[in-house]
Amino acid sequence: MKQHRMLVHGVILGVFCLGFGLMLAVTDRVTAEDISARSLEDRLNSLSQVIPESIHDNNLVTDAIAMKNEQGNEITVYRATKEGKVTGVAYEIFGSGYAGKIKLMLGVDAQGKVLGVRVLAHKETPGLGDKIEVKKGDWILRFTGLSLGNPLPDKWKVKKDGGQFDQFAGATITPRGVVGAIRTGLEFFAANKAQLIDFNAQKAPMKEGH
Amino acid sequence: MAAQYKTIVRDGLWENNGVLAMLLGLCPTMAMTTSATNGLGMGLATAVVMAASNLLVSVFRSRITQEVRIPVYILIVAAMVTLVDLCMNAWMHELYKVLGLFIPLIVSNCLPLARLESFASKEPPMQSLMDGIFMGIGFTLALTAIGAVREITGTGTLFADASLLLGPAFHFMEMRFLPADSGILMMILPPGGFLVAGLMVVGKRMLDVRAGKAIQMGGAHSAA
Repeated sequence: MKQHRMLVHGVILGVFCLGFGLMLAVTDRVTAEDISARSLEDRLNSLSQVIPESIHDNNLVTDAIAMKNEQGNEITVYRATKEGKVTGVAYEIFGSGYAGKIKLMLGVDAQGKVLGVRVLAHKETPGLGDKIEVKKGDWILRFTGLSLGNPLPDKWKVKKDGGQFDQFAGATITPRGVVGAIRTGLEFFAANKAQLIDFNAQKAPMKEGH
Repeated sequence: MAAQYKTIVRDGLWENNGVLAMLLGLCPTMAMTTSATNGLGMGLATAVVMAASNLLVSVFRSRITQEVRIPVYILIVAAMVTLVDLCMNAWMHELYKVLGLFIPLIVSNCLPLARLESFASKEPPMQSLMDGIFMGIGFTLALTAIGAVREITGTGTLFADASLLLGPAFHFMEMRFLPADSGILMMILPPGGFLVAGLMVVGKRMLDVRAGKAIQMGGAHSAA
């Protein structure tokens, strides 16, 4: 008797799992196409903020190459090309903030000058560290036009560390992480310049999502 | 019949309010009430999940045996959350970018589970659906109110970015009361959440006492 009841419970649970599993599978199937289209739009959007429209005539997302960054992680480098020349590249960079990783997108032109930086994701304190977002302040815009030689490498720090970049009132760790990430990002460009601006570099296989 | 629905509505919105009376779902309440808009969005998403899962559990209530009810409830809530998550990502993407991170949190909210156990597992589908909707709206109101207080005192704005959540037509809701950077930072940090939520619970009880009602001690066991 007891064994029989146990079986009944198992069957009930199994039927519910199967039913809802099927429902989710169908939903996933129905939404998959729209979701990947949205994520592609998102990526194009964040790229268009760090690579000006005027310097390229290609599709930034499809014209991407895969490279390894200084930590040995694979990153996707999106490339802007115009009339057969690479005019700029954009890739994700990571800084360590107060509450975890800060993910940014860095755009660099062929000479190694910053075209723009935007924060993609962070977990910094609202009201303190989140001034790195472009919609909360224009701090992040000051990096545009700078390069490894301007300011000199030992000035690529926040003021508290003897560099030239302002920290925010009450938040030093967040800007320090961002400045460090951009400097490392520019060093990556300098170290890999030849490959980055080689028009015929091997294209990365398209990856779904991000 | 009508009287029964009236009780459901009053229970959901005030008497048995998920946050202010039962003190359930405090995890999303603390995390998501840094602004009125966030509270509103989280509340609405939770309300949708609660209505759907209440209805489903009520429909299947004679099939779900006592022994396996908890896993089945969790399965249903989790399935509804995933469904909302996928659909929003595909068809309401702007909203998803604001709320997306927090939708999976609804699974860990004990308020939907409490309503399934104490209401939907016993009552017919129509009543259960209503209970889900009004408990959800009550939750939304509480979250929006707490968010509004924290936002006004913490950042000096009210309903900032509401147009991102509800569409450009709601731009008029976005208000600023204090100059930028003059808010009390603590209010949007976790301590402010506990402070405001606690004061609101006190406020509700004082109103109830003044109205001469017997005060129930909070907790899921007192839920009807």
